[in-house]
Formats: sequence, C-alpha cells, structure tokens
Amino acid sequence: MTIQDIVNVLHAKVLCGEEKLSLPAKTACCSDLMSDVLAFVNEKTVLITGLTNPHVMRTADMLDLKCIVFARGKVPTDDMLEQAEEQGLIVMTTKVTAFTACGMLYEAGLRGVPIDWPKEGEA
Amino acid sequence: MSTMIHAVYPVKADDYTFAGEASTDIKRKLKQLGVDSKVLRRVSVASYEVELNLVIHSDGGELIMDVDEGGVTLISKDVGPGIPDIQMAMREGYSTADEEARSLGFGAGMGLPNMKRNADDFSIESEVGKGTCITMRFNLA
Repeated sequence: MTIQDIVNVLHAKVLCGEEKLSLPAKTACCSDLMSDVLAFVNEKTVLITGLTNPHVMRTADMLDLKCIVFARGKVPTDDMLEQAEEQGLIVMTTKVTAFTACGMLYEAGLRGVPIDWPKEGEA
Repeated sequence: MSTMIHAVYPVKADDYTFAGEASTDIKRKLKQLGVDSKVLRRVSVASYEVELNLVIHSDGGELIMDVDEGGVTLISKDVGPGIPDIQMAMREGYSTADEEARSLGFGAGMGLPNMKRNADDFSIESEVGKGTCITMRFNLA
C-alpha cells in the first residue's frame, strides 16, 4: 500500500506533503496518547490521531514518522502545518472517526505497527 | 575523549509552547554530525521525554548535551521539587502529571521507563526539596 492508497480509502484531504504520496505505507498506529506513541512505536509508520496540538508533529519528528492522519475531520492550525512542512511530513484529514479509519485501512490490508514488549521484570 | 559538542538548553517549567525545542535542536545537531539514524532516534525520543518531564514536573532546569567520539551524553538537571519515590516513578503507568499535560497527550507514566529503555546507560538521582538529575549515555560505536 502507498500513502496515496490511504488517501483513497479514507477519502482524505491532503493538507501537506502532496509530492510524497507515492511513498510506501506498511503499518499504522492509532493513538491520542503521545506518551504511548513515543514508548512503543519503533518504525517509520503512519499515525492516526484525533489530537491536534504541536506535540503531535514534534512526536512524529522525534520518531521519524512520515505521515499523520487526523480523524473526525480535525484540521491542525496553520502553524502546525508549517511545522509539518518543515519536517517533510505528509498530513491529511479524514471525516471518519479514528475507529472507522482504522477499520477501513485494516480491511484494505494495512496492519498495526509491531511493538517491542518490555522484557519480563523490566521497567 | 575530546568533546565535539557541548550544548546547554535552559528549560522552563510549564512552558508547553516551547517544550521540544531543545530536543529538535539536539536532533538537528546530531544529524549534521552524521550519527546513525537508529541511535539518533533513541537519543531524540529520550531527549524529548526528559525535556517534557522538565516542563511538566520540575520547577525549571536545563538539558545538557555532550558529544564525544564514543557517544552522546544527555544530562537533565532541575531545581526541584525532587522525586519522593524513584522506584514508583520508574514504574510504567505511574504518573503525577497534571490535567494540562494529559490533555496534550502526555503524562501516561511512560517517560522514565522509556528513557531507560532507549539509553545504553541510565541513572537518576533525586532529593526532595533539591532537585533531580538524570544522566543518559548513548554509545555511537
């Protein structure tokens, strides 16, 4: 699947990074909890979220993520989009809820990002 | 070993707007040095977590980065309030973050364990009323 396929499946509107839609998308994760994203996401994946604050972009930057999907029609501020553009992120918004977006993408073949479980006894 | 980069970033308490600026700069500097992308990612995540902790929990402090040929050292020092029970604070899911931090998507109690997981060496010292010092080392070789 490519990012363009995600746009098609979700009938999403691309807000920035349009020139990169041919990039491949192997996995995705969905969370409003950036703490969890920072703790468990260990590869360049697609982030689906309902949270729109600059820390979503910042979290994506620290993890080298390449694509963020905002669910339930949410649109980040112009400042956030500017930040995303600088970081080279692809940002899109879809009208469906995060749950539905995940379901549609799963049905289309996209799978969850594999996570590293902490070892037994480890903090 | 000779120091290649020494950078000090003051971090203000409760300053959510600028939280992450230091980590962004740290990432940029290390990228310019040509640090391996996997190591870079670990440093970035740990640095962002520790910077957020300074903003959310401390009364203000600073983040210090030292780079030498062997690796990257990140030190976070604050002026208080200190952690009463470090063992508890290191536990996943335990958090004392306030509503504002949580509304931004943080305060899930993953910060300290996540720093420990990403760093090759991790140490934390804290004294109530004095402050907390976290030292993390990331090997480059």
